[in-house]
Parts: sequence; C-alpha cells; structure tokens
Amino acid sequence: MRKLTLAIAVIAPMLGHAASAEDTVKIGYIDPLSGGGASVGEGGLKTFQYLADELNAKGGILGKKVEIIPLDNKTNPQESLVQAQKAIDAGAHYITQGNGSSVGAALSDFVTKNNTRNPGKEVLYFNYAAVDPSLTNEKCSYWHFRWDASSDIKMEALTNYMKDTPSIKKVYLINQDYSFGQSVRTDARKMLGAKRPDIQIVGDELHPLLKVTDFSPYIAKIKASGADSVVTGNWGQDIALLLKAAADAGLKVNWYTYYAGGAGGPTAIKQTGLDHQVFQITEGFANSGNKAAMEYEKAFRAKVNLSLWYPRAVNEMRMFKAAAEKANSIDPVKVAAALEDLKFEVLDGGQGFMRKDDHQFFQPIYISSFGKLTESEPFDEEGTGWGWHLVSKVDTAQAMVSTTCKMARP
Amino acid sequence: MLELIVISTLNGVLFGMLLFLLSSGLTVIFSMMGVLNFAHASFYMLGAFFGFQLTKWIGFWPALVLAPLLVGAIGMAVERYGLRNTHKHGHVAELLLTFGLAFAIEEIVSMIWGKSPVDYRVPALLDFPAFTIFSTNYPAYKIFMLAVSVVIFVALLIVLKRTRVGLIVQAALTHPHMVGHLGHNVGRVFMVVFGVGSALAGLAGVIAGPALVTQSDMAAALGPILFVVIVFGGLGSLPGAFIASLVIGLVQTFAVALNGSLAGAFGPLDPSAGPSVLTDIWNVTIAQVAPIVPYLLLVIILIVRPLGLMGTRES
Repeated sequence: MRKLTLAIAVIAPMLGHAASAEDTVKIGYIDPLSGGGASVGEGGLKTFQYLADELNAKGGILGKKVEIIPLDNKTNPQESLVQAQKAIDAGAHYITQGNGSSVGAALSDFVTKNNTRNPGKEVLYFNYAAVDPSLTNEKCSYWHFRWDASSDIKMEALTNYMKDTPSIKKVYLINQDYSFGQSVRTDARKMLGAKRPDIQIVGDELHPLLKVTDFSPYIAKIKASGADSVVTGNWGQDIALLLKAAADAGLKVNWYTYYAGGAGGPTAIKQTGLDHQVFQITEGFANSGNKAAMEYEKAFRAKVNLSLWYPRAVNEMRMFKAAAEKANSIDPVKVAAALEDLKFEVLDGGQGFMRKDDHQFFQPIYISSFGKLTESEPFDEEGTGWGWHLVSKVDTAQAMVSTTCKMARP
Repeated sequence: MLELIVISTLNGVLFGMLLFLLSSGLTVIFSMMGVLNFAHASFYMLGAFFGFQLTKWIGFWPALVLAPLLVGAIGMAVERYGLRNTHKHGHVAELLLTFGLAFAIEEIVSMIWGKSPVDYRVPALLDFPAFTIFSTNYPAYKIFMLAVSVVIFVALLIVLKRTRVGLIVQAALTHPHMVGHLGHNVGRVFMVVFGVGSALAGLAGVIAGPALVTQSDMAAALGPILFVVIVFGGLGSLPGAFIASLVIGLVQTFAVALNGSLAGAFGPLDPSAGPSVLTDIWNVTIAQVAPIVPYLLLVIILIVRPLGLMGTRES
C-alpha cells in the first residue's frame, strides 16, 4: 500500500506535466504592456500572436498548438522575474522578451539558475530585441538565444556608413541611461574615433530610461551644440518623444538611430519635414525589395493593422519550429542543441545562422532612411505617406563580430 | 549659449506654471483639511483622459471647459461623501482614503483606456510654431499652455485676495468654527474649495495631455514632484507654492542643460586608478542627475528651513 501511494505520488505530477506539455507549446511573452514601453510591448505581443496563429493554422509545431502567454513586466527587471516564474508555473518552457537589456540580463540569469536547480524542467529564453553586447559576451548563457543583431554589430554598420558621409562634422550622442544606452555611446565614441577621427563629438547625453515626457530641454541643448548629426539608440516613447520635440523646435539635423521606426517615430519625422535625413538600422524593413517579405508585410498589415516592426520575431518563431522538427521534440534541452549552428533563410532574404559559441544569430542587416517613396516602394508608415527606403545592405559575413563568451554547457 | 538660456528659461517657466496649477489646489486643500491629498495627481490624470475623450467626441475647446468641470464635480463628490464621513475618524483615515483613491483611479483609468499612451493630439488650430528665437521654433501650443496657467494664477489671486468669497475661504481655512458661528456653511466652503482644487488639477491635465504623454502612469510619475513643490514652498502657502513651482521647473530644465561634472571642475581622475565607483561619481554630469535635483532641494530645505520657503504652520 505504502509503495503504491509513493508510486502515485511520484508518477501523478509527471503525468499531469506530460499531459499539459502534450497538446500545447506555451511561450511566455514578458514585455512592457503598461508605462513608457507599452507602445512597443503591445506591438510585439500582436506580432507574436499573429505568428502563433500562423503556425497553428499550419498544424502548429510537431502537431502541437502554440500559445502565447502575455505577461506585463513594466520594463522592470525585478517584475520580469516574477512574471517569468508565473510563465513557468503556467507550464511554459519557453519565454521570449525583447524590450530592455537590463531586463534581458536579469532573465538570462534567472533562466540559467532555474535550469541548474531544476534539471528536467529547463526553460529557454528567446531574446528578440535586447541588444546589449554583454548578453552574448561576458554574461552569455547556454539557455539564451538572441535573434536581433547586437548593439556593436549595428554600430559597426552604422559607423561604416557614416564614415563615407563627409558632410558629418559634429555629432551629438543622446542615449538612455542604462546598460544598452551606455553601450551605444561607448561603441559610437570608439568606432567614430577610429574611423573618422576628424568628427567632433559635441555632446554626449544620458537621460533616464522611459521617464522623460518632454524632450525640449534636450533638444535646446543639441541645438546649442551646433551638431549636424545625432546618434541615438533610444526606443519606445523615448525615440518618438525625442523626434516630436525636435519637430516642434524645428531642429534640422541628420538622425542616425536604431529604432526611429518604432510607434510614433514616423509621425514625428514627417512633422520635422526631414526627408531622408533620418536613418535606422534593422534586420529587415517593409520596402526591402524581397518579394516574399513584401507579400508577408502586406498580409500582416491587413490583419494586425500595424507595420511588421519585428521581422526578427518571424525568424525566431520559424527557427524555433525548424529546430523542434530537427530535434523531433519540444523538449527545451533538445531544441537548444538543435538551434546551435542552425542555418536559416531569413524573412527578408539571405542566410543567417545561430552561432554556437555565443548563441547570437547573424543575418544580413539594412540601413534605411525615412522619406518620400518611389513607385517600387509600396509601404508607408503610420499613414504619413512616407516610408523606409534602402540605403545600404550589409551581408551576413560582414555583419559578424567576435565574442569573448566562455559558455558553460550542461 | 544665450539661445540655450532663453529657451531653457521658457521651458522652465512653462513646466513651473504647470506645476503651480497642480500644487495650488493641493496646498490649499492641505491647509484646509490638514492632510495631504494623495489622489491629487490622479485628478490631473483624470483631466487628461477626460480631455482626450471629450476632444474625440466634441472637440478640444468644449473639452477644455467641460473636462475640468467634470473633474471638479468628482472632487466635490469625494469631499462630500468620502472625506467628510472619514473626518471624524481622524487624519490617518482621511489620508488612507485619498491613498486608496489614487490606486483606484489609476486602475479604473487603465481599465477604460488601456495601459499604453493614448493618441491625444495638439488641436490643429494651435499646431504651428508661434515664433522663432535665434533659429529655434517655439510651438504655439506651449505659449497657449503658459497663457492659460497665467490667467488661472491671476484669477485665483484676485478671487482669494479681492473678493468676499475669498475672504470667507481664507477665514474658514484658519478659523472654521468662528466662520461657522457667523452663519456660513463651512462644510460647503470646504466642498467647493476641494472641487476647485480638483478642477484646477483637471485643467492642468487637459492642457498638459497633448504636450506630454497621456497614459495611466502619469499620475504616479508626477505625484512625488508635487509633494516636493508644496513642502519646498511651505505647506499651505499659495505664494510659496508659486515660487517653489517656478524654482523646481527652472532648476529641472537648467540641470538638463548643464554639462558640468566633478571631473570637469577638478580635472579627470588619475587613469592608473582604474574604473571604480568613485570614477562613476566623478564623471557623472549635472544633466544625468537632473531628475533627483528636486528631491535634493527638498532635503536641503527641510534641514535649513523645515517650514518651507513661505510656510507658517508647524505640522
């Protein structure tokens, strides 16, 4: 009798566990759904839900339904850990997050600890946008996979383009005061200094993350510095409000940004009247010229009523499916192994791969500018009539950086 | 440099006047009831959301009048049916009531309008640069905000100092029992003052909404600064709140504009010492610490002059 009770006590939870894992693949989506990051967080959620629906319409992953669990982390690392635990309690073995490298670092650490302490209940962290280089260097983890190009890759490409623009004489740096913003400013200083020592850095600003509601004091300062170009890694409301304040003040400079295309950005740029003077660097964009990607964009816009701001999320989910099929399992440990060095044709064309050494995905990246469109560019943004136009493409081989990651493997 | 000073002064005064619209109500309510109204910033948020919704339905200009009236009505209801009933249980109960109300309003707002920012735009009529100083445009809407704040300030001053109503209000603030014995309805005076204070906060919300960001955490973001303003100015003092609002507004704007750091003043640290916490502190600029400057001022004023700039009461 005692033995039987013991057997039931041991087996019953396993059965329950197996049953819940059988029919659905749950992915915890941990991103800001309130506060200053909500505009990007909600867009991301809609994107992942669209991708899940798309996978489910074609039979899901290995016949299992994909379900996205939305969890609001308020762009707060501490809150994110609570939400990650909630995701795990709800039966998710995968979590995905993107907004805020401070959050990314906390989650990567959390997942690593969780997996060491709970063998057999591993969780993978799919990072689609937290681009602080440290996540694939000194703080790298076997359980973390990043689909967005890291900040130093982007800055390398951006400064290569700026190098060949002789009109740039005075550059102003304005970034958010946390790990990612600081890495942007450090990389920009280092790379511009090496490639164009004649360029003068006339300002180097760090402002509070997602707290500033009126950027006009900062714009006045940029104006007073006499800068002809501004470099910024700002995202969420910080880029939209920065551009809005610039538009209000009539500031005429060239903008070299990571995320000017985020919600509210295009509207503000149109208001500034800066035609093809605002640049952004992404792994894909609406008018990339790739036929399949443009068809996809059209379908996405028709259903979600948003621009596809995260082509990398498409890559992430498709690659997840590919890895699960390769491993013939949705066990996170097997999927993680299958993802390593997996080659993959990305949405906007060209081959990328998930490097085994640091779990960074390498892919072609594009610099585009925002302004009036030509006939072959059908997509505008936020109803402005203006859209993104290809300026420069960097192939996968040129978009590689070395890593200092010494990965602890299970 | 001159350009930076002029623009920063304009921005600072504007932000200061906005703070005054909010802090005037808060400080008067404090001297009346003897408790801080934690929900005051929530009335500001309600004003912004009502302004947004009414603008969608009936346009900006009617909303500018209606939204503050609505907020004022809610404020009066809170005083009449909430605070007046808890008053007999003492200040702690009143404080807790406003505290709970702040949370309730935030949750209700995010239930109705969602948690992400709403698209509250500057009215087309005011969406143009008012003038250009040096080569910077100054938006007409900001001038409008400034004008509204100044008009309200002047009106408030006249009503309180030059009319019979103002006389009764002032008397009721300090000697409620005497005013009651003279045959005035003190309860109603309190209710109206609370309503007007809330309406002013609502008005601040309506005009600040399009210029700043209208979202469900805007009350929580502004609340602490208001607290600083009224303590700095002296609890219960209207002129104090006015000066403190302007000072905080200017200080915050100019702190952003300044680049000075300890390293700039005394030269960089010896590089051989390597990076440490000390180098971080040494290199941090005034602009980076701008958000904490008001709180630093709060600490200093409490040490040097605990009553605040113009405060008279010990409490």
